[in-house]
Amino acid sequence: MLIYPLTDSQKLLLDLIKQIGEEYIKPYALEWDEKEIYDEKPIKALAHADLFGIIIPEEYGGLGWGSFEMCLAVEYLSYYCAGVSTTYAASFLGCYPILLFGNKEQKAKYLPFIATGEKLCAFALTEPQAGSDAFAIKTTAKKEGDYYILNGMKQWITNGGIADIYIVIAMTDPAKGARGASAFIVEKDDPGFSIGKKEKKLGLRASVTTELFFDDCKIPRDRLLAKEGMGFIVALKTLDYARCGAGAQALGIAQAAMEVALKHATSRVQFGQPIYNFQAVSHTFAEMAMKIEASRALVYNVAKYIDSGAKDFSGASSMAKCLATDTAMWVTERAIQMMGGYGYMRDYPVQKYFRDAKCLQIYEGTNEIQKNVIARELLKYYK
Amino acid sequence: MEKIIVCIKGVPKPGTVKVDPETHTLKRESMELILNPNDRPALEMAIRLKEKYRAEITIISMGPPNIIPLLKQAYALGIDQMILLSDRAFAGADTLATSYVLARAIEKLSPFSIVLMGLKSIDGETAQVPSETAGLLGLPSLINIKELKKEDDKWIAIRENEYGEEEIEVESSLLASVSPQAFDYLRPPSLKRLIEVKEKEPLIWTASDIQAEPEKLGLKGSPTQVVDVFEKKLEMKGTILEGEPQELVEKFIEVLKEKEIIKI
Repeated sequence: MLIYPLTDSQKLLLDLIKQIGEEYIKPYALEWDEKEIYDEKPIKALAHADLFGIIIPEEYGGLGWGSFEMCLAVEYLSYYCAGVSTTYAASFLGCYPILLFGNKEQKAKYLPFIATGEKLCAFALTEPQAGSDAFAIKTTAKKEGDYYILNGMKQWITNGGIADIYIVIAMTDPAKGARGASAFIVEKDDPGFSIGKKEKKLGLRASVTTELFFDDCKIPRDRLLAKEGMGFIVALKTLDYARCGAGAQALGIAQAAMEVALKHATSRVQFGQPIYNFQAVSHTFAEMAMKIEASRALVYNVAKYIDSGAKDFSGASSMAKCLATDTAMWVTERAIQMMGGYGYMRDYPVQKYFRDAKCLQIYEGTNEIQKNVIARELLKYYK
Repeated sequence: MEKIIVCIKGVPKPGTVKVDPETHTLKRESMELILNPNDRPALEMAIRLKEKYRAEITIISMGPPNIIPLLKQAYALGIDQMILLSDRAFAGADTLATSYVLARAIEKLSPFSIVLMGLKSIDGETAQVPSETAGLLGLPSLINIKELKKEDDKWIAIRENEYGEEEIEVESSLLASVSPQAFDYLRPPSLKRLIEVKEKEPLIWTASDIQAEPEKLGLKGSPTQVVDVFEKKLEMKGTILEGEPQELVEKFIEVLKEKEIIKI
């Protein structure tokens, strides 16, 4: 209900996303979900539309825009299919380390290909024994002359197999604990690097999630990002920037779910009237709308805060991610309920929104971890 | 550097066309114009050729100034130059008069390597313009191709026929219409170019700019005329047969025999 003022360029961006959504995604989203297919065509379309360059500086071929535009793009894409928007947003997650910590040579080598969408990125931190406890990673990177040799594995990596560029956090000095990790750029064809099996997921089924294996994976030493020991700083700063993107995904899913359920509720007649006439139903929609607008206001404001040059926004971006993704889960569950049997059937999209929304409460830092971050940051502001 | 020319057309968006019941003409004010969907494969082919062989693409379109947004849409796909052919004298043109105007504009753009067009428009659907334009220009015309590539100094076109695939070699410039099924992926516009094209305007050529002979233009130059435009209404005529199943079957067989659908 709240109309946000947009610049002409931002309006063009949204029109283009809607065009892409209608033509390349809408007719196929349910089928991709049903058959768990990754289709490269919508990704190719996003690449041709220059949309992988949204946050890449103009000097590297991008549009040089900010978090707010990225959030707009991700939100509207997610309205059509969160699986596709996950492939898209995860590529930004994988490119932030290069954007934020890459040296001149690394930026010049990789960013132009990322901006054109020719090369997708992936961010590889999680391991079987290291999820929320990211510090428990065991993948090692040993320096040998002009190379690093990586050994270990990563789990549940979005864009595994379809990305060309992988940012891998590995231990260079296990004795130093949290200060002993480093961030590396691994390329798809690097010797000793292989992709594991594609995971079977509850939702986001149009996106690809795999294991990654490093078996004496040999990479040149110029693939180190920033300095040895800065691995977790790279990872955590990256997540700070990317979090509002996850929040934006949640907005798109929630909006789509509410609209589909609303259309049903205003036309479904029971007891001689549309069920929307019953307060149990209309009040549910009122709550959905309120929660979505509140989440949107938070996500947009955090994105603009980041774009204004703020340096300390971990707490704010955690709030945006946590609130919006919890909202999406609540809205999609209620949307199924409002549609009754129709909500439960896989012929209709609402059940897909519900399954897609669930992952958002888990990835990019579970919402429990987000609350840890918020609680910690709170102490900085209110003592 | 190859020069590729693509001819595009603005057509009414399906569902927005209203016919004036008295004059039997299109109510143009209520119409929303879109880029002829069959032109997109032609544009896609031109851009892929540009990427592969280093080419410059010019689009031309005959129509009133209100189709300029459509030329800009095509620009955003990756076109280099937009030309609008606009003149009151062009109005009411049938396919021959249209082809004449296009041919004169194409000649003005010589030398060129290829002219591409969509197979047919979704409003007139005659599919005549590509062949007529090629005929007026004396160019080989290749209708409904799905692929075009260069080998040494020759163009090789591939098209499907009822027996399989045909490969056609052309040593000169050519005109081709592109099959709507040529590509399973057609690119969307580029955001950068959409922003860029806001500051650009197409070149506008009138009848005198292309040295067109007045008697060959518009309604005057059209040997065919649209006599009537009407919405075809499908009427379902039904008869309900009554009786017991055995009776019904016998009655129905009589009906089929009467209509000579079966012979017993």
